[in-house]
Amino acid sequence: MTLFVSVLRKMQKRTKILLTLIGLLPISICVAAGIGAYQILPWRIPEILFFREDGFAVLVHVRFPRVILSAAVGAMLAISGATLQGIFRNPLADPGLIGVTAGAGLGATLWIVLIGGGALGVWGLPIAAFGCGILVTIGVWKIAEEQGRVRTLTLLLAGIALNSFAGAGIGLMTFLADDEQLRSLTFWLLGGFGGATWHVVFVTLPIAAIGLLVLSRQAAALNAMSLGESEAYHLGVSTETLKRWAVFGVALTVGAAVSAAGGIGFVGLVVPHLLRLLGGADHRYVLPGSAVGGAILLVSADLFSRTVVAPAELPVGIVTALIGGPFFLWLLLKFKREVFL
Amino acid sequence: MIELEEVGYRIGKNWLVRDINVTIEKGTLWGIVGPNGAGKSTLLRLISGELLPTTGEIRLLDKPIHKYEPKELARLRAYLQQKRDLNFPFTTLEIVLFGRHPYLNGTKETTTDLLIAKEALRQVEADMFAERLYPTLSGGEASRVDIARILTQAPDLFLLDEPTNHLDPRHQVQILNLCKTVCDGGKTVITAIHDLNLASMYADQLLLLKEGIPIACGPPEVVLTLDQLSETYGIPFEVLSHPDGYPWVMPSLNTS
Repeated sequence: MTLFVSVLRKMQKRTKILLTLIGLLPISICVAAGIGAYQILPWRIPEILFFREDGFAVLVHVRFPRVILSAAVGAMLAISGATLQGIFRNPLADPGLIGVTAGAGLGATLWIVLIGGGALGVWGLPIAAFGCGILVTIGVWKIAEEQGRVRTLTLLLAGIALNSFAGAGIGLMTFLADDEQLRSLTFWLLGGFGGATWHVVFVTLPIAAIGLLVLSRQAAALNAMSLGESEAYHLGVSTETLKRWAVFGVALTVGAAVSAAGGIGFVGLVVPHLLRLLGGADHRYVLPGSAVGGAILLVSADLFSRTVVAPAELPVGIVTALIGGPFFLWLLLKFKREVFL
Repeated sequence: MIELEEVGYRIGKNWLVRDINVTIEKGTLWGIVGPNGAGKSTLLRLISGELLPTTGEIRLLDKPIHKYEPKELARLRAYLQQKRDLNFPFTTLEIVLFGRHPYLNGTKETTTDLLIAKEALRQVEADMFAERLYPTLSGGEASRVDIARILTQAPDLFLLDEPTNHLDPRHQVQILNLCKTVCDGGKTVITAIHDLNLASMYADQLLLLKEGIPIACGPPEVVLTLDQLSETYGIPFEVLSHPDGYPWVMPSLNTS
């Protein structure tokens, strides 16, 4: 009987963690939407929205698109990180491993330096980034594919190879850029939500929804996968289908995230880790938990990035690394024995 | 239960196994014996459906093995791997519950699944570390947990790749007794095994492989003969008769 009690307790603990995170998300969104040059008390937000009181314009046109976008991007990056960690069976895998981040970065820098940031209006840059990110991932997949099968190790190595190619391209563009291009390039590569508008939100949200749905459906198969690919097959998982959906979902979400907000590191690595330390490794809990946790983390990081040196803004990628690094280190030291590297 | 017809498997120009013709009856315990690199694991992986044979055909319940869906197949046969590694902090019980994956369709485990897993852990005397993190277990403990996992999978056919590795004599005997019980319950067990005496004690039928080619096939007293063993392993053997009736095999010190 004790076994049942402890299993039940563990399930309850996970449910509790998930519910807490889900409860914290709207709170963090409201707090972040309220803070800024024009202060709005979070609990007054519904009232302001309903009666169109003072601050309505700030909330609707400035704060909400930005906060919602940062939540979506955080969710996409974190769930992608958790998924790739499961596929590669390595808790240190990063959503950039399959080339989509570097590819998108390359697309963006090519666009800024060779074509000019202004072409095609606000859409040129994100489309170039998204397209190039997807293209590089398709390249990684095709290189790793052999007679309809993809070996995980080859996928990883092809990812590393194309990542370094894309990195070289980004370096070359940086070298060729003039001062102004260099500035927008750097800012883009470090990531930020300064350009958030409803248009961007409306394009990003459906992609996020599809991606999160696709990825969270792979959770049970990823559990079996953590024992190894052939073990997963013996447990009834169609491993090729799993890999295809996982890479598709990750390319889609990370491509969209990077296009909307530039390269934001650390979210995809640190959030799944935190979830595992809190409630164990079951992907059916880690994937949704990472999505919500990533959203909260990035909403908070963006709030920090636009308030700490106001009226200027720090790139949010610096903030995630700045908070994430020491936090991760603390986790490692505290739970040393339970973390497997 | 399973028929292998002219089965061969080749990588490049090397045949890892070839000319395998075996019919395995329901409820028997088969041992696959032979030196390192003889193709024992390859043969098991072919039977499991993981590898596609280059030549010939493998039929499980009269249906070619590659015609099964992975999930359907996973309810019929389970496979115990030789080496395993896990980088995530799953508990032992969670690992055992993975055995229920082919039955779940993405839903949560029920109380029944939990009961099955618990019973399997008890059968391999591993229930006391159900709550421990799997990566912290010793090699022998992890082996027993893996066996509990495939018991939880509740298949008709068990494919075991050296299940007694890393185990002390008590747990070796315990696992093979378990295999015997499973067979008496109408299930079929095929196990690769290095220990010829354990194979002799427990197996109903043996298949002796050398460089992928079957040397002998049949009950232990037919397979474990002095000539065949010396030819296969390239060293002299002593073959005695154990008081209980089965062949008792020792490598011989006499090298002449």
